[in-house]
Amino acid sequence: MTDLLELDGVSRRFGGLLAVDNVSFRLKCEGITALVGPNGAGKTTCFNLIAGALPPTQGSIRFGGEIISGFPAEDICRLGIGRTFQVVRPMRDMTVLENVMIGAFSWTRKVSEARDAAREALDMVGLGPKADAAISKLTLPDRKMLETAKALSTRPRLLLLDEVMAGLRPPEAAAVVAVLRRLAERGLSILLVEHVMRIVMEAAEHVIVLHHGAKIAEGTPRYIVSHPEVVAGYLGEGFSA
Amino acid sequence: MQKKRDALPDRGAVIGCLAGFAVLAMLGGVLNSHLISLLTIVFLFTFIGQSWSIMLGLGGQLSIGHALFVGIGAYSVAVLDIRYGLSPWFGLVVGMALAAIVGATLAWLSFRFEVRGIYFALLTIAAAEFARVVFSGWEFVGAMQGLFFPAHSGPNSFWMLRGDARFYYFVSLAAVLLGVSATALIRQSFLGYVWRAMRDDEDASRALGVRTFLHKILVVSFSGAWAAIGGGLLALVQGSVFPDSIMGMGISVDILVGPIVGGLGTAFGPLIGTLITLPLDHLASAIGNKFGIPGLNNVGYGLALIAVVWLLPDGIWPAIVNSAKSITRFSWFGNLRMEQVKK
Repeated sequence: MTDLLELDGVSRRFGGLLAVDNVSFRLKCEGITALVGPNGAGKTTCFNLIAGALPPTQGSIRFGGEIISGFPAEDICRLGIGRTFQVVRPMRDMTVLENVMIGAFSWTRKVSEARDAAREALDMVGLGPKADAAISKLTLPDRKMLETAKALSTRPRLLLLDEVMAGLRPPEAAAVVAVLRRLAERGLSILLVEHVMRIVMEAAEHVIVLHHGAKIAEGTPRYIVSHPEVVAGYLGEGFSA
Repeated sequence: MQKKRDALPDRGAVIGCLAGFAVLAMLGGVLNSHLISLLTIVFLFTFIGQSWSIMLGLGGQLSIGHALFVGIGAYSVAVLDIRYGLSPWFGLVVGMALAAIVGATLAWLSFRFEVRGIYFALLTIAAAEFARVVFSGWEFVGAMQGLFFPAHSGPNSFWMLRGDARFYYFVSLAAVLLGVSATALIRQSFLGYVWRAMRDDEDASRALGVRTFLHKILVVSFSGAWAAIGGGLLALVQGSVFPDSIMGMGISVDILVGPIVGGLGTAFGPLIGTLITLPLDHLASAIGNKFGIPGLNNVGYGLALIAVVWLLPDGIWPAIVNSAKSITRFSWFGNLRMEQVKK
């Protein structure tokens, strides 16, 4: 069986800075994978390369066996990769439901169909009761979930979540993890950028660690926290002690 | 929870709208010829303003050179009618097609090379001025001397779109009704949603699968074709076309004041705004002439714009809708009162 997502020697250079350095990894078809690393490790850049917001300087990205590196973001979305933004970007002029409908318009032109799909996506993340609210009325956790619902409404096979739990209090984050688990059970593959290690341990089945743009380790959460390079470069000496 | 009525405009709004148009139609039967001419121009500028309002208010693309499309429409009608004796209906269709192509080309060139926002607006000015200069030197379309429609006599003819002032009043009123309906329909369609998303955040909408490059070209092209119809009608009403008057910067500016004052991207904004600003402009102009203060009308425009931006930044129409909503909620749905108070 081919892997869902395959990065092969992917690099991205910004002038003199090598933000992503020769990263390769594969994602299986289901489950939650976490991409972790300290600030500036190139996690978000890596995300933007996969989602097509930026083209890679080198290397290739395959999705479902097909090369997608260099494709524009809208085409990659239509192929089945949904993404959220680290800084939430709702369309302020629209209601919650209308925001989510936009994603559905990537596969339908019928307003009624888009509305049904948007309600479904909102129900999945628990925002159903707030469908008709204005964006300004949403709390931060709600906004994060709105981002997720928007990405879900595009009917992705792979969901890229950029720090959806950053800034959330522990019970809120736990609720988000529960939502993600449910989505994964429905067969969705999720790639999560996160730097709160406790959440990663709880949510992800597979962890990829980036440091200075390069992959330094990959494996189960349990394996990662005992990996000497990860402990030294990211978690700090105190973590293992 | 209150049910959101978003599939179709609610019945009250449609009835109110039709009643408003019925009043305007009845006015067409009783007003004197001076007011008829004034309102005809108001309606035509409303119609053209609606096209501009769709492009900026929904699509997020600013044009300050919409006179380009107006001119293309006007000249298509004038040339085909005056030179070849063809019905203006052909001219309107040809003008629409030409304006759509010119708009698409302009947008394609601009967005292909990442010329966006205010730089795109500058490009529209340049294109309109370029066209004006070309038409000023082009003998076939009458150059600076312009083209004149032969004086109309005899009964009103819908086929040749020729008739008296009252005839044009109803034609342009019909155009406005068409424009209001089209705006309302587009707002509630796939295009309306996608265009508004693209206007608010281009990168975020691309991540949601919106083909923004295509849609930006589409909205400019669509708006251009719409404006060309207005230009063709304007040429017929004025009975002549000159490059400076139909393609000049003045037209581009006159178009955009109404929608901004009335409410960008809304169905009724351009009509309300133009109904207020254009007569104000004429009035200020007349007063200015009487007392020897030229340019008083431009001061009037400026004051109207400042007042609206200051007091009602979304425009007059959205302000009316919001106050109407809160009034009806209070009186019709007593149980919603608490919700209202909480806000």
